[in-house]
Amino acid sequence: MTNGGFGMASIQVGNVRKVYRRDTQEVPVLDGLSLEVTAGDFVALMGPSGSGKTTLLNLIGGIDSPSSGDIVVSSTNIGQLRGPALARWRSRNIGFIFQLYNLIPVLTALQNVELPLLLLKMSGKERRRRAETALALVGLGDRLHHFPRQLSGGQEQRVAIARAVVSDPAVLLADEPTGDLDRKSGEEILNLLERLNREFGKTIVMVTHDPHAAERAHRQYHLDKGVLSN
Amino acid sequence: MNFLKLVLVNLARNKRRTLLTTLSVMVALFLFCALGGVLDTLAESIRFGSETRLVSRNAISLIFPLPLAYRERIAAVPGVTGVSIQNWFGGQDPKDPHNFFGQFGVDAATFFPIYRNDMDIVAASPPQARVTTPPGVDQRLATFMAERTACVVGEKLLRRMGWKLGQSFTLAGTIYPGDWPFTIRAVYRSKIRSFNDETMFFHWDYLSEKGMGGRGFVGIYVLKLADPTHAAQIAKRVDAMFENSSAATRTESERAFQAGFVSMYGNLPFVIRVIGLAVAFAILLVAANTMVMAIRERTNEYGVMKTLGFDDGAVFRMVLLEAAIITLLGGAVGAIGAKLAIEKSGFNAGGILPPMSVHWSTVGVGVGVALLVGAVSGLIPAWQASRLRIVDALRRVN
Repeated sequence: MTNGGFGMASIQVGNVRKVYRRDTQEVPVLDGLSLEVTAGDFVALMGPSGSGKTTLLNLIGGIDSPSSGDIVVSSTNIGQLRGPALARWRSRNIGFIFQLYNLIPVLTALQNVELPLLLLKMSGKERRRRAETALALVGLGDRLHHFPRQLSGGQEQRVAIARAVVSDPAVLLADEPTGDLDRKSGEEILNLLERLNREFGKTIVMVTHDPHAAERAHRQYHLDKGVLSN
Repeated sequence: MNFLKLVLVNLARNKRRTLLTTLSVMVALFLFCALGGVLDTLAESIRFGSETRLVSRNAISLIFPLPLAYRERIAAVPGVTGVSIQNWFGGQDPKDPHNFFGQFGVDAATFFPIYRNDMDIVAASPPQARVTTPPGVDQRLATFMAERTACVVGEKLLRRMGWKLGQSFTLAGTIYPGDWPFTIRAVYRSKIRSFNDETMFFHWDYLSEKGMGGRGFVGIYVLKLADPTHAAQIAKRVDAMFENSSAATRTESERAFQAGFVSMYGNLPFVIRVIGLAVAFAILLVAANTMVMAIRERTNEYGVMKTLGFDDGAVFRMVLLEAAIITLLGGAVGAIGAKLAIEKSGFNAGGILPPMSVHWSTVGVGVGVALLVGAVSGLIPAWQASRLRIVDALRRVN
């Protein structure tokens, strides 16, 4: 796993607006929001429900598009990418971690982690080796062939983290990664994220409601009614 | 893991549903190919008979006979080396009237020489005394030739009826009323597929004397030719001879005669094709329904996969491949199963048709239909899955 590239602005969000349309009504979620995250930073986004945290995360990850404004991640203006090019960019540059893990229930831990690697040109042997390495990194080297239902919540989230980092993306986007876990498991996940940031230089943007979790980040931002504040 | 394994794992997640869908496709394709087999068999029955033999029948209809007196005149036509006569008997097994098989009264002395390349005598009752058979007639038919009520039956018919060589049985006449006792004196086996093994041949003289009061009406004449390339001219000449008589003839090749016989089924092939298409359409709906359900259940997972970098095309291919595997597997098993089961059954509609068969081309069409059904049934769900917006799909989870 490589160093994410310290010292460079990894994420630049410039004057982004996001408006959802419900029937004939327009509902603004983000209103001219700007944010800069340097490479190797660990940022926490906090705020009440409906404040636009997850929307911002989705925009940075290229799974949603802004109504206006620019988003540049790792020197790529993702607003200029469409369809397969955007999907390919996402697979190489972004690792997603969800609150409910979102593992595929019929795949083993190893297969779940191998999933993003199916999109890269590599042999089956290499895929397996990298997935095993990622699972060993999150402390699940002995749970390779367990299905998600055979794992605890904390373990499932660790598999999800292994899946997020297996293709070695520079940026990790975590949406309430400890939101569905008990305190102990939550601590383990936060330790793991800290380690990925510290040792492997991953740029991390984490959405959380939990002030304790947010304290683990280098910087905290509060989002309310689509407006960001420190 | 690879792309194909991912598809197979998805198929295995709801084993019961996958199995039932595969089975429904299998049964439908079995039926589709079985119906195709009927068409194949009808087509094959048209190929029955030789292009080198001619058949003369009453020009009005097959059900009207021809006078026996025509035989000598036909035989005198240059290029005709042999003439035989046949009458359809239409007797019933009194114990089981529905147990149908074909019976023909034939002039054995001319019939067996004409058809010696089509059948072999495989068993025969030994003669009581030294008897000489007519030229071209198998010596083993000596007992048959000498006995008025004797008959020769096909090997399969013998087996089907549970008869034995030398056994006597009685048929109830339908066209020629009364009880008709027969004794099995020989058994034949066909040498060619289109000459079936479930027919009974007996002496035309017996039929003429007992059934027609000696008036000697002939169902059809079979003409053996010296040179088959002259068949058309000879047929024309025969028909011209009787053009102005009360029983005009229609002479054509044996194959054309059989084709005309099959055409009496009317629009059966069309009906069969329509049923086949209806079956294909029904499985299309079943398979499409399964795929739509499967995709709906997995909406969130497709959202996750797209988040990981799977593009719309990859998701489209994955869903389409799932549908294709289900239908191809079920279709191939159903189509090949139909071929094996139907050909093993040897069903031949009581000897009216050659043994039923499903050609490999029909199996191929069946597998093709299965593939097409897979593609079409997977198309809409695949399109739906590929067009899913990631944020909408993920919202199903969160």
